Parts: sequence; structure tokens; C-alpha cells
Amino acid sequence: MPAMTKVSGFFSHMFLRHGRSLVLTVPWFWLLLFFAVPFFILLRISVTDMGEGLNPFAPLVTSDNGELSLHLKLSNYVSLLHDSDTGWLQTLYTESYLLSLKYALWTTLLCLFFGYPFAYFLARSKPSVRPLLLLMVMLPFWTSFLLRVYAWKGLLTDQGIINHLLIFLGITAEPVQMLYNDVSMLLGMTYVYLPFMVLPLYANLVKLDQRLLEASQDLGATPWETFWLVTVPLSRSGIVAGSMLVFIPCLGEFVIPSLLGGAENLMIGRVVWDEMFSSNNWPRASALAIAMIVGVVMPLAWYNQRVTRRAEQELSA
Amino acid sequence: MSASWLKRHISSLWLSGVFAFFYLPLLFLVVFSFNSTRQDSVFTGFSLRWYQALWNDSRLVEGFSLSLNVALMSATLGTVLATLAAFALVRFGNFRGRTLFNAMLSSPLVMPEVIIGLSLLLLFVGIERMFGWPQRGTFTIVLGHALLGMAYASVVIQSRLKEMDRSVEEAALDLGCRPFQVFFLVTLPNMTQALLAAWLLTFTLSFDDVVISEFLAGPGVTTLPQVIFNYARRGVNPSIYAAASLLMLAVSLAVVIYGIQIARQSRKTGMQPED
Repeated sequence: MPAMTKVSGFFSHMFLRHGRSLVLTVPWFWLLLFFAVPFFILLRISVTDMGEGLNPFAPLVTSDNGELSLHLKLSNYVSLLHDSDTGWLQTLYTESYLLSLKYALWTTLLCLFFGYPFAYFLARSKPSVRPLLLLMVMLPFWTSFLLRVYAWKGLLTDQGIINHLLIFLGITAEPVQMLYNDVSMLLGMTYVYLPFMVLPLYANLVKLDQRLLEASQDLGATPWETFWLVTVPLSRSGIVAGSMLVFIPCLGEFVIPSLLGGAENLMIGRVVWDEMFSSNNWPRASALAIAMIVGVVMPLAWYNQRVTRRAEQELSA
Repeated sequence: MSASWLKRHISSLWLSGVFAFFYLPLLFLVVFSFNSTRQDSVFTGFSLRWYQALWNDSRLVEGFSLSLNVALMSATLGTVLATLAAFALVRFGNFRGRTLFNAMLSSPLVMPEVIIGLSLLLLFVGIERMFGWPQRGTFTIVLGHALLGMAYASVVIQSRLKEMDRSVEEAALDLGCRPFQVFFLVTLPNMTQALLAAWLLTFTLSFDDVVISEFLAGPGVTTLPQVIFNYARRGVNPSIYAAASLLMLAVSLAVVIYGIQIARQSRKTGMQPED
């Protein structure tokens, strides 16, 4: 089959000459189109007014008798911070930002509190049972996140199992309101994001050099001191990585407040959604997103990278 | 319970406590999927009616098949792209724009999904206005999921590529293989496990995603998580418990089969399984 060899010869020739640039071009194109371009669209829409008629946003550049004019409006950003009724920093947006930060921070702390000892004990468990235990951490992760959140809704209702249990144990006489408030929000978020804290911490703690702990004990430190002065500082990059994986998705969390939150648990993800689809205010939704990227995501990503790099340097040193 | 008793058992206590926390909602879903009434606080009796209701619920069934399709396509697309990207990052040294490339590739890992959804929506709306295509729907969801999945998949594939022994590839080259033959005959077969893991991860992310789908789905297109999300906001629906139980059964079976496979493989070769 001469045709076949010709074709395959052509391909191998193409691959030899252009293989490298082909391998690079495809993902470059993809990332630019689906990551960089959307970011600039977001940026561009965030600095325009709402459009007239069917246009969701006003044009950035207009030409009037051959005269180009640029319409750059920062009013969307101002309106995030200022409301004519309530004044500066008292808007719906600042409030939902602060609330989102509060929930994200508390969730991160709770995950750290429950997750650190968990990962520590996991890393100290017998090597023979470790894979099984790790698998048990991963298993809920493979079953729908939505369904696991939904289950809490059933567990936490006034007539739910947990309230029944509390009353049965005589802890309360009346059902405690646990759904649609801070309890259900924090519980749901901690539940969902705890594995994201545990896994990087485990990966870090399992590599910990045992000799350092022995040295610390030989030098007279109590186990408690060893833990705080040796183990914790050495696992800093794991703590930072885990906290990042919990904090950032919590900040923009959309599903958990929708299912487990009440009307007053309005987080920023929901606000972005409402601006986009209820108020049809695309410029403001974009400004909110840009504010979140520049104000929170970028600094945190930068900090995370710095800590990781330093940990790598320390390891190789 | 003395202090020393506590000290000795704190580790197993803490581990079992957290595991109980992890598995309590799953247990709840399974138990109440067999309940005979709509109640979600008292088990009134065993029945399979919610499984029947699930089977007859066309929205859930259609959502399931759509989600399956979307997940298959986006996992495949995402894994292929991630393989190319990982290959470029690990093997091409310091090519021009590497830092930007890497930053864009891994950004979806640290970006709230709401922002990914919003920015992709604006992109697709813009493209649609210019070219009249694509309509929001299955295609746009697949692209969105592939973007997210690619970020995760490339982490997995990169770590495998980094630890791979390059001397085998060099030997193949010395023996007269062409570079693309080396890639398909040596490199790819050596990373099947990582590719499979990456594909599964991307599949799960897609199959589980609500937020990006909510932004990118068009009228009449609803994935399974979207259907569940809409039901869940309205109140108790034990059909969803039934769906959850079936899903868990499928996942557990897959894990068990995989585990047996790994155990058999490692017994056969007498080596430690690759993890």
C-alpha cells in the first residue's frame, strides 16, 4: 500500500518538523481563547455603562463623524463601594463580600482544626492500613458534592435526626433551629471542603523526617513542644496549600448558600448571579468578578506560590 | 475515662470521629432512599417506591444521559489538552511565555467557579453575536468543563511525566524510532495509569458540576446536577436519595473492581502498585 506509507510518511514528516510547535500551539490557543480573552471581556464590560435597549452593555469606543471617543466608566466600581442611601462601604456588595470572607475564614479555621490532627494521625497510622484510610477520605469526594450537601438539609431540619437525637439525649427540650443559618452554612462548607484540607496536609506530613522529631525529643522537648515547634512549622507549605484550596472556593461558593443558607446568608457568588440574570446588569456583575479576582484570588495565589517555592528551596538546600 | 486512656486512643478517636462526619450524610441518603413515605426524619418502612419514581422521572433520566455525554466528551477533550500542556511544561524547557502558560493553565484551580462561569458566558455570548454560533447548550458546557478539568488533569499528568524514566525513550530513539513513534509506542503506554486517573478526575468534576453548567446551559438543556439542584431547592424529594444511592453503589463498585485489579497486578508482577 504505497498510499498508506505516503500518508504516514507525510505525518511523520510533519511531526518531525512541526511536532514541538504543534504540541505547544494547541494548548496555547485554547488557553488564550478560553482564559485570557474572557478575562479581558470581563474587564472591558466592567468599565462600561449598561447598554440601551437590547444591548446588555454600552460600547467602549464610539465614532462620531470620524472622531473616536473612549467611554471608560469606573462607576460600576464606585457603586460597589458607595450607595446613595447608605453611604460609603455600606452597600449590598461590601456586606456580601465581608460575609463571604467571614464564612471562608471560619470554614478554613474549622477545616484546619479538624483536618490537621486528622491528617497527622493518618500520616502516623500503620502503613498497611493507610491506603484504605486514604481511599475512605476520597470516596465521599467521588460521590456527588451536591447530594452530600442536600443530605445535610434532611439531617438538620427541625424534625430531623440530629434534633431528634439532641432531644432524646436531653440536651434540648425544643428543636434547635440549625438550618438556614450560620450553623448549616459552616457545617456544610466544612463538610465539603475538609478533604481539600486533609489531602495536601497528609501529603506533607507523611514525608516529615522522623529523625527531626526524635532529635527534638532527645533535646528535651515535650511531645507538645515538639508538635508546635517542629511539626507545625515544617508543615507550613501544606497548611498554606490546604487553606488556599478551602478558602478560595468557599469565597465564591454558590451551591451551599442556595441550599443551606437563609435569605440573610447572601454570599458574593449569589450576588454575581443575581446581577447577571435577575437585574441583567452585566457591567456590575463583571466589576464584582474583577474585584474578586484582583482583591482576593491574585494576592492569595501569589502568596501560595511564594510559600511553595520557599519550601522547595528549603528541601533542596 | 482517664487522661492516659484518652492520650492512648486520641488518634483512633479523632480518625473515627471525622470519618463518622464524612459518612453520616451518605448513610442518611441510603437509608432514607428506602423509606416508604416522604418523611425524612422517621423511617416508616421499607419500600422501593422512590427507585421506581426515579425511573419514571423523565427529567432525571434525561439529565443523567446528558451529564454522561457531557462528562465523556469534556473528560476526553480536557485530558488530551492537558497531556499536550503537561508535555510542553515538562519536556520543552523554558519556552517563550512559559510562566504565562503555566499561570493560565493552573488558574482555574484557584478561581471561584462563579467567575469561570461568568467569564465564559460573556465570551460565548460575544462569539455568538459575531458569528451567530455557538448557541448556549451542550457544546458550551463541554468547553467549560474541559477548561476546568484540564487544569486538574495537567497536575496529575505533569507529576507522572516528571518521574518517568527517559532512558527508555532515548533507547527507542537510538534504535531508529521516529519521535512520534516514540511518543505513541513508548511514552503514552508508560503513562496510561496517570492518563486514566486524569480522565476519571475530569469526568467526575464534569459529572458533579452545577455552577459552570448553570451559567453555560441554554434553554431546555439541564444536566443531572442541575435537575437535582432545582429539586433540592424546592424541598424533600426522596427520588434524589435514590439517585444518590445508585451513584454511590456505582462508585463503590468501580473502586472495588479497581482495587482488585491493582492487587492482582501487583501480585502478578510482585511489585508495589504505582500510586
